[in-house]
Amino acid sequence: MIQVQNLTKTYNGTTVLNIEHLEIPKGQSFGLVGNNGAGKTTFFSLLLDLIQPTTGFITSNSIQINTNEKWKPFTSAFIDESFLIGYLTPEEYFYFIGELRGWNKADVDSFLVKYEDFFNGEILKNKKYLRDLSKGNSKKVGIVAALIGEPEVIILDEPFANLDPTTQIRLKKIIKELADDNSVTILVSSHDLQHTVEVSNRIVALQKGEIVLDLIPSSETLKELEAFFAA
Amino acid sequence: MFKHFINLEWKSFIRSASVGKNIGLKIFLGFLAVYFMLAFLGLGVAIYPLTKEFFPKQEVLNVVNNFVLIWLILELIFRFFMQTLPVINIKPLLIVPIKKEKVIHFVLLKSLTSFYNLLPLFIIIPFGIVYIYKENSSIFSMIVWMATMYILVLCINYINFLLKKKFTDNIKGLFPYLLLVLILVALEYFSVFSITKFFGNQIGYLEFYPFLMLIPAAFLFGLYSWNFYNLKSRFYIDNSIQAKKQEVSNSDFSWVKRFGKIAPFLQLDLKLIWRNKRPKTTVWLSLFFLCYGLIFYPNPSYQDMPAFFVFVGIFITGIFMINFGQFIPAWDSSYYSMMMAQNIPLKQYLNSKAGLMTFSIIVLAILSTPYVYFGINILLLNLACALYNIGINVPVLIFAGSFNKKRIDLEKSPFMNYQGTGAAQWLVGIPLLLIPLLIWYAFYKFFNYDIAVITLALLGLIGIVLRNFLMEKIAKQFAKKKYEMINGFKQQES
Repeated sequence: MIQVQNLTKTYNGTTVLNIEHLEIPKGQSFGLVGNNGAGKTTFFSLLLDLIQPTTGFITSNSIQINTNEKWKPFTSAFIDESFLIGYLTPEEYFYFIGELRGWNKADVDSFLVKYEDFFNGEILKNKKYLRDLSKGNSKKVGIVAALIGEPEVIILDEPFANLDPTTQIRLKKIIKELADDNSVTILVSSHDLQHTVEVSNRIVALQKGEIVLDLIPSSETLKELEAFFAA
Repeated sequence: MFKHFINLEWKSFIRSASVGKNIGLKIFLGFLAVYFMLAFLGLGVAIYPLTKEFFPKQEVLNVVNNFVLIWLILELIFRFFMQTLPVINIKPLLIVPIKKEKVIHFVLLKSLTSFYNLLPLFIIIPFGIVYIYKENSSIFSMIVWMATMYILVLCINYINFLLKKKFTDNIKGLFPYLLLVLILVALEYFSVFSITKFFGNQIGYLEFYPFLMLIPAAFLFGLYSWNFYNLKSRFYIDNSIQAKKQEVSNSDFSWVKRFGKIAPFLQLDLKLIWRNKRPKTTVWLSLFFLCYGLIFYPNPSYQDMPAFFVFVGIFITGIFMINFGQFIPAWDSSYYSMMMAQNIPLKQYLNSKAGLMTFSIIVLAILSTPYVYFGINILLLNLACALYNIGINVPVLIFAGSFNKKRIDLEKSPFMNYQGTGAAQWLVGIPLLLIPLLIWYAFYKFFNYDIAVITLALLGLIGIVLRNFLMEKIAKQFAKKKYEMINGFKQQES
């Protein structure tokens, strides 16, 4: 599904990302871990064509991302709060995203029913603008919005951060369900090794922009990762 | 302790992301400041001879004193709209061992450094010096007079502070005071009791009883304390933590659905305008500027320069277009990366902006039809200007938008707010206003009024016919500038 070729990103002579080759097959649940500044967000921003690669390129479904926009209809993402429109209510935001992805109001409404648990009654019908929601609640909105329109590639940057424990568990369930669906490729980054191990069927660790580990999770994986990051 | 605050202020100034980028703007504001200082200096020197000329029989100082109250009220109104109050980010200071009082004193004293407090000195001091020189009056009593004037100016500074802080979320609390002012105005108008003369007389007593100066000084102190206690009671972050009670507006503008593909964006733009302070105020300003023509059309000195009316026509029908269009796409800056990652064709996004501006031009053109009172020629010219705006200026503005890379905070007032303003905003004014004026003038000189009007309208029509083609080109330009914009919009300005 996603292929990375000789991808580098350099800011003022400092290389922040350098991935020679990476292939993410369709249907994989791909977990990206790494310390601050390891290049996780940079990689995701390149995947969404929000920044330009210094060298190399990424293709998604054989479409080169930085030269062709055709990847947009089947890709969705939640990176940070700059993906939310502050002066809309959550419902309006979902409808807007739905409209962009060819869903009408009824489609969106029936889709949202599935996430009532996840929202925990704090999101819908609260008559609040997104800008007035707490960090955790606005994150819930962003994550669910990224699932609208049956995307084939879903990119979530740090989805677990700022969420309360209950919501984290519910989110893990949602991601696992998506991971079981073989038509959806999901990319998740996190600082939390355990969460990542639980939801992914492949884990890649970045350090200073380079891939240092590439694992298929087993019972030993968490220990292995902990040992690596402790060193 | 104050040393620390000044240090923090200085760092926040020199380390803000925008410093250096805004040199052009700073220079412009600098020129404006010098201009006002010179203008006020001129006024200060001229007051004495002017008063002598217009009120030859009266004592100059009495006349001036009678105007003091009116001046102060005008200054208050002006400050209320234009002056930005000093802000200090209290959140990081709340938990460090600094006395709250210190911080509040600092904020209040900092407001004294405002340019608005410097300007009146340029009137008061020159007038005082001229007066001493001409009237051979006592230097001491004049110094007392000048000092009193300045104390009154500072009172205005703190009254404004109080108005803005205390009454912005409690407009009703202002009514009794407003009523008092209205009664006084009425009494003055019907010559029952002249508060301005009364006030003037009181100031006049200073000459004989200089110690009376203590009364305004005490008043100043009182205002300062009032401000102080008012701020102190608010020195908590409750206001920012507390869930806002603001009811959401239910209007979902579903009627725009009929506009087809651009409907979702149009809906979004209407919500943007309706629910955010800065764009909303822009709309009200546009209605206000409709009256712009009243300044020019009846004025005989402009009758020989009809080219000037082109300027007025472009302005009246295009004021919303200019105010809104110059910040495309910075209005969407806070979520621009989402827009760029989403399944959005750029052309549709831009078309919706163009549609909105076109709609505003049509509405303003209709609202401006009563100007037919000043002649059918004015009406025709305005309609031609509207067409020109739709056909040419809308694409020009959107094209210029591709050079925007400064973030805008939607919730700030637009008055004296230069956030998001860069060279593009100044440069775009030239083609927007000057070119139609020159074209019109050329055709007017070589042919006549009617042909000039028709030319302008035709140019607009050509633009409308080519709209699709132009938008295509502009969308390409936007795609090219995409990364620069995303990066620019991420920079938070302090």
